[in-house]
Amino acid sequence: MTTTAPPKTSPAPQLRRQPRAPRARLAGIALRTPYWVLTGALALVFVFPLVWAGVASVAPQPGSSQVDGWGFGNYVTLMEYQAGLPQYLLNSTLVSGMTVLFTLTASVLGGYAFSRFRFPGRDVLFLLTLAILMVPYATLLIPLYVMLNAVGLQNTLVGLSLVLTVFQLPFATFMMRISFDAVPRELDEAALVDGCSSFRALRTVLLPAVKPGVITVGLFAFLAAWNDFVAPLILISDSDKIPLPLAVANLRAQVMGIVDYGATEAGVVVMALPCVVLFLLLQRHYVRGFMSGALKG
Amino acid sequence: MPAKLSARPPARSTRPAIVAVARRRALHGWAYAAPTAVLVVGLFLLPVLLVGQMSLSDWPLLSGNQGINAPANYQDALGHRYFWDSVVFTVKYTVIATVLLIGLGLGLALLVQESSRWSAVLRTSILVPSALGLASASLLFYALYSPQVGPLSPLLQRLGLADGPVTFLGTPDSALWSTVFLVVWRFAGFYMLLLMVGLQGIPHEVIEAARMDGANRRQTFVSITLPLLRPSLALCTVLCVTGSLLAFDQFYILTKGGPDNSTLTVVQLIYNVAFQGQNDLGVAAALSIVVLVVLVVVNVAQMRAMRTSQED
Repeated sequence: MTTTAPPKTSPAPQLRRQPRAPRARLAGIALRTPYWVLTGALALVFVFPLVWAGVASVAPQPGSSQVDGWGFGNYVTLMEYQAGLPQYLLNSTLVSGMTVLFTLTASVLGGYAFSRFRFPGRDVLFLLTLAILMVPYATLLIPLYVMLNAVGLQNTLVGLSLVLTVFQLPFATFMMRISFDAVPRELDEAALVDGCSSFRALRTVLLPAVKPGVITVGLFAFLAAWNDFVAPLILISDSDKIPLPLAVANLRAQVMGIVDYGATEAGVVVMALPCVVLFLLLQRHYVRGFMSGALKG
Repeated sequence: MPAKLSARPPARSTRPAIVAVARRRALHGWAYAAPTAVLVVGLFLLPVLLVGQMSLSDWPLLSGNQGINAPANYQDALGHRYFWDSVVFTVKYTVIATVLLIGLGLGLALLVQESSRWSAVLRTSILVPSALGLASASLLFYALYSPQVGPLSPLLQRLGLADGPVTFLGTPDSALWSTVFLVVWRFAGFYMLLLMVGLQGIPHEVIEAARMDGANRRQTFVSITLPLLRPSLALCTVLCVTGSLLAFDQFYILTKGGPDNSTLTVVQLIYNVAFQGQNDLGVAAALSIVVLVVLVVVNVAQMRAMRTSQED
């Protein structure tokens, strides 16, 4: 760590580090010690709760299923809670998968249309899609509850996924549109001149070019669907159709109002693990998504 | 829509072939936009219209539409026992959360913008919580704050900061601040990232020039960095205010609005009116419309304010 100490004397932090004399480096380390203590403590504050949840879920705890010794008792409780962890995981996976599928289908085709075609109503539709951001979740969920009931999609994972897709559309459509805009027009025009249909040009020429955008949109749709709490709370009433966050929240009040914290911690770990792993793997895309979001402002 | 195009007499066009191509392109465009259009109209436009109708109708949860009763729902909504309390609490929470998140986000962004390896580690650790869902994070802190298993209360006692066991969610004030801490933990990285992107957008020459002219760090920050960062700060403020005004998950899981309905937000009130006890979708729809109008007004006002101050 000492060899990478950035010299504080440099006025511009972004400048490349230059090799320095050992004494200057020592002075730099002395100056930087408070900085390391402060930032180290900061990093600890952000990471500690996550680590604690992981450790506590396998640690012995009175009032949980893991009373003495370390082990996976809390996870066993979770496996056996009502419909069982596998069922809730399946529900969450189905909802997330469908949401990603619907979101990508609509936003890739829509982004292509908004970026490459001129058609009447184009700008109105685009603005209307962005306007979804302005309307509160709760404002939409109450009429959606009534509407899904009317068309027989109440209490179904498909209905839930469609609703979650709509809330993803502003970001997804915007993201895909700017992704297509960034690809030179000559690329698909050449394909069209060569006799490709517009769909084939999209599939073979453009899709590879907008892949980073597709990954970002897919990642965000997955995370949003996997973690969503309010929509299933209102739209799903069967306890064996609820996704994981709702199941874990319900589990807290399982036995006569006594909270099983051990099982709750295990549930948090199961929910958080895929998100944290995905985040660490795809961190660059995550950051990219925000960058394009910041472009709006 | 294509009818509009064909209504134009083709004879007037000197090159009918081009018109035909343009028309086919427009048709293709519509075909590609169709899934988006169906979703937006069916699951956004119609619900917005329906919520308007519901707010004007007697609409119990179980028996459905019982006909127009305007303006009874709005009177009931504004006269609800907890309406003004929840408005005051929501605004208080929004102000606290926005000030803390943007202040902290900016501080963190300045702290970690160097391109060293340690900064990258810091950035990642601050960002990891934002991968979690708000519900997962709330459940995690529910356990973390619990008097039975949470490690925080013993830690505070050992450090001598507390005399007895600390109840994080027991009093109205502690429940509010505990929730604020959770939200800051979960979202600080997000705002740090947005502001970092803004900081990177500031041309380096401008800062160099200010330094050359003899400005110190503080002066450079106040008169160069902050003004140039205004668009990013504006975006953060809009996002943070909107998100906080609509707070639900964190309070629903951590406090359930308690103790004594002291941490009841407006969206929680809507949920309670619609699905918990009162089961009145009409009044809930009226409350939703009120929230929608307030949100649109607040956002437009914020953007206006940002724009005019930018023109100065």
